[in-house]
Amino acid sequence: MADVRILTGNEAAALGVKLCRPNVVAAYPITPQSQLAEILSRYVEGGEMRAEYVRVEGEHSALTVCISASTVGARTFTATSSNGLLYMHEQLHWAAGSRLPVVMCVVNRGVGAPWSIFNDQQDSLAQRDTGWIQLYCRDNQEIIDTIIQAYWIAESLYIPVMVCYDGFVLSHTMMPVDIPDAEEVRGFLPPYKAHTLLTPEAPRTINSVLFPWRRPNPEGVLCDGYMEMRYKLQAAMTRAHGVIQKANDDFAGVFGRDHGGLVWKYRCEDAELVFSGMGSIANEATVAADLLREEGIPAGVAGVRTYRPFPREEAAEALRSAKALVVLQKGLSYGYEGCLTSDLKAALYGTPLRIPVVDVVAGLGGRDVKAREIADAGRDAWKDLQAGKQGNRSLWLNCYTGEDHAG
Amino acid sequence: MDEKNVKRDLNVSALCVPAKGEAGRTGDWRDFRPVIDHKKCIPSSKNKAACFLCWLYCPEGVVKMSIPVEIDMDYCKGCGICAEECPPNAIRMVREGENDG
Ligand code: SF4
Ligand code: SF4
Repeated sequence: MADVRILTGNEAAALGVKLCRPNVVAAYPITPQSQLAEILSRYVEGGEMRAEYVRVEGEHSALTVCISASTVGARTFTATSSNGLLYMHEQLHWAAGSRLPVVMCVVNRGVGAPWSIFNDQQDSLAQRDTGWIQLYCRDNQEIIDTIIQAYWIAESLYIPVMVCYDGFVLSHTMMPVDIPDAEEVRGFLPPYKAHTLLTPEAPRTINSVLFPWRRPNPEGVLCDGYMEMRYKLQAAMTRAHGVIQKANDDFAGVFGRDHGGLVWKYRCEDAELVFSGMGSIANEATVAADLLREEGIPAGVAGVRTYRPFPREEAAEALRSAKALVVLQKGLSYGYEGCLTSDLKAALYGTPLRIPVVDVVAGLGGRDVKAREIADAGRDAWKDLQAGKQGNRSLWLNCYTGEDHAG
Repeated sequence: MDEKNVKRDLNVSALCVPAKGEAGRTGDWRDFRPVIDHKKCIPSSKNKAACFLCWLYCPEGVVKMSIPVEIDMDYCKGCGICAEECPPNAIRMVREGENDG
């Protein structure tokens, strides 16, 4: 019988982690992630989870503990938010460069300054180029399911995975969640096998300085230089497309829930006005699409679940019938535009699809975004299209952007 | 290098095992080399295991505690610490390319 419980996003995440049976958890509490760290420490303390909970003085150390534990064969977990994630930044590169399958929840929150505890996705977007896989969840069911898939993906590819979900909007909001059966999770997720096990019997220096060139070691084995090691990470990221899709499909086969793999689609088949986004804002856009459909505007949503590796082909495929694209995002590259806008535009380059793209920055620092406001943005884009306007546009939704603020 | 016949490193992450020469022939970098005057060197002149401060101080561990004292010039980086520490000043640093003199 299905085990359905009413849970916050953080509670769902904690249960997901428990089901994956990590050996080591190291996390430093930070709003809105704190509840997740607290529940996991309670599981360990109460003997519900047989893991080592390593208490650390900050996030840099939290990830360092996971990196070290992963190197000696432990399945590891950490979680953070916002400035805590920024504090980990150096070790994010280190985990990816060492090819260690650490799984981390990022409970998305705006970054200071100015100080904010509320949701946006600037924290994880700013970690885009660290070599981690990034998966964004729409609701609490997707959080628990994605964590299980994340371990499968990470350990298949030896690439660390971030499972991102919106702070408060998901982390502190209760929803019904179907808890996967522990035995079935055990069957789905094989034990972690390290690519290199560091033991006292086989001492090694890991990640010592590499030279710009390749060179033989004392045994005459030709060793890769820095650039080859980096190429191997990029090649594995390219392979990740298929692995993420397989994790999704195999999971759907066992547990009956399909979250879309890399890109999920909502009423996309004949949609001419397509919204895109990641996480809960993209879920909100499905309600906006319904509102517009009632008015006769053929709207749909192509939601990006996997942000890195970027699903270039899957996104272009989902946008096949689109005549205009509205990209909703809770983070941007200052001095250019929303990160997702740039990536989607690049995905369309070289395809026959030449459509106007509206870059919408929304919901920064917890600013509310309602479905009807998303629908308004979509309706404006639709009107422009009907009026024959083909240019791209940028706007900050629900934000005062008057003349006196123009720098 | 003929790469076809070379065994390749298939490691997923960058690693090495502790081995002599793992970081290359570090003697290549040397500008000055230590030259021992064995008439002055205590173990050589007295034929007794004594002193060996050069062995103790050498940061590369390339000095052999032997009579006579020997330095592995493949890995000596020419830092001159041995010459600085030698009590009877038995070691001179000579610029590479110049005669021991
Ligand atoms: S420090 Fe000088 S005297 Fe002592 S063993 Fe070395 S070379 Fe000889
Ligand atoms: S101390 Fe310096 S100069 Fe002397 S042998 Fe060692 S590496 Fe060479």
